Amino acid sequence: MTETPIKTARLRLIPGRASQRRSGASPIVPPNSIAGTALIAVVAIMSFLACLTVGAVTLVQGAAEDWQSDILREVTIQILPLDGVDLAAATERALGIARAAPGIAGARALSDAENAALLEPWLGLGLDTTDLPIPRLIVVEIGDTEAVDLAALGTAVAAVPGAALDDHRMWTERLRSMANVTVVVGFAVLILVFAATIMSVVFATRGAMAGNGAIVSVLHFIGAEDWFVAREFQRHFLVLGLKGGLLGAFGAAVLFAILSFAMGTIGESPEGIQVSALFGSFAVGPGGYFGALLVAFVIAVITAVTSRLTVFRYLREVR
Amino acid sequence: MFRFDNVGLRYGMGPEILRDLNFRIGPRSFQYLTGPSGAGKSSLLRLLFLSIQPTRGLISVFGRDASTLRHNDLPRLRRRIGVVFQDFRLLDHLTTYENVALALRVVGKPEQRYRSDVLELLNWVGLGDRINAYPPVLSGGEKQRAAIARAVIGHPEILLADEPTGNVDPPLARRLLRLFVELNRLGTSVVIATHDTDLMRQFPARTLALEDGRLNVHD
Repeated sequence: MTETPIKTARLRLIPGRASQRRSGASPIVPPNSIAGTALIAVVAIMSFLACLTVGAVTLVQGAAEDWQSDILREVTIQILPLDGVDLAAATERALGIARAAPGIAGARALSDAENAALLEPWLGLGLDTTDLPIPRLIVVEIGDTEAVDLAALGTAVAAVPGAALDDHRMWTERLRSMANVTVVVGFAVLILVFAATIMSVVFATRGAMAGNGAIVSVLHFIGAEDWFVAREFQRHFLVLGLKGGLLGAFGAAVLFAILSFAMGTIGESPEGIQVSALFGSFAVGPGGYFGALLVAFVIAVITAVTSRLTVFRYLREVR
Repeated sequence: MFRFDNVGLRYGMGPEILRDLNFRIGPRSFQYLTGPSGAGKSSLLRLLFLSIQPTRGLISVFGRDASTLRHNDLPRLRRRIGVVFQDFRLLDHLTTYENVALALRVVGKPEQRYRSDVLELLNWVGLGDRINAYPPVLSGGEKQRAAIARAVIGHPEILLADEPTGNVDPPLARRLLRLFVELNRLGTSVVIATHDTDLMRQFPARTLALEDGRLNVHD
């Protein structure tokens, strides 16, 4: 190769060549020097799992809230058929007490047919309930949950022989604790997923730093400060984190949509009705999709911040 | 600029490879650092470049005690020291222009402020028509000049060159030496580590001679 001459004359500005230089500065850390595909895959899987967790938590929480609001919208008065008590009169009296209570939208006693329908799963079809000592049930609909005083209503109803108010508190408390446990488990899973993501990024960053040791060394010798070196690596890892995070979130969103669609198609079958009874329409809802998007960005930020901190730590070790 | 007082260096529990070094490098000075292979030239350069700390003695860098420097002080001091490595250490994925501009890019200067300076310097070292070439396609001499340009683009107060003529033929070695002399004339202190006695004869200057870890200064 022929050598170009050295001009040891006085420094002077020579125009012309400047326009030939291609525009746009190359990245100091070449993107292909970082094991990007593997890291994107790991981040995508983590993001997918995190999004599934968020979706599952919002689904269960939504279903639990539906159950609770359904249950809390009505209470039941049960009147036992005691000896010497006129069940019909006691029922009328309890109905009167319930209708007069504040915040109550309405009250009605279940008919014999409705009672028989409730017992049908246990006692079979064609049951004649007239001779059986079956308690009478009064369904009390609550109109204003703020105005109603269930404790006072319970006391008033107890004055009727054989009558008792069931406000379903046991069920609502169980539902509430189940929903709370689901949220706690969900958070624990999210923390584990984020921790695994952080560890993967730490390993990937340290690998990238070691692989680009020559570049880091040159940057040191020409006086680059740690923040500059960290920024060069962080830029790559933010992009990798965003790609992986969005990929995982997109996968989770597609899965949500498929499940929602599948539930729609089996909605009329017995299985569909059972699942619908548990989880409602099985729609994750905008909260779930927004949560998935949020998870993707959180994972991208975690990736970038982790790589930055790892670079700082690495630089202090190697210098 | 640099002052060494009774400086000694050993790696780990090994023998002392630099012993009782006492010398100064003043502003606008020109000197060779010479000695046989294994005499400790590279280690002395590493001490000068704050890459390692001495095991004993005092090194003063630009008036500051090197042992008291904090991690965050190093980049700013290193910008005042230009280094030309024997193996050039150019980044293969950056063009010649980008390699030279890197020293200004890391200090956060926008390109429009340094573009003309870099192009001017590249012309000065004879690489004006190689600005878009990548290091793998440059010849040894061109790489050497690109490395020198990168070392001096930030106007360092001292230039340390490790065997800058080790990989080039004698005519190019002479031309590179003229380049260093010109830089010195413009105000930069120069330390050239070499064992090329022919080169030293062509431009006689102060010589720091290392022998078995001890330094003899020939003014």
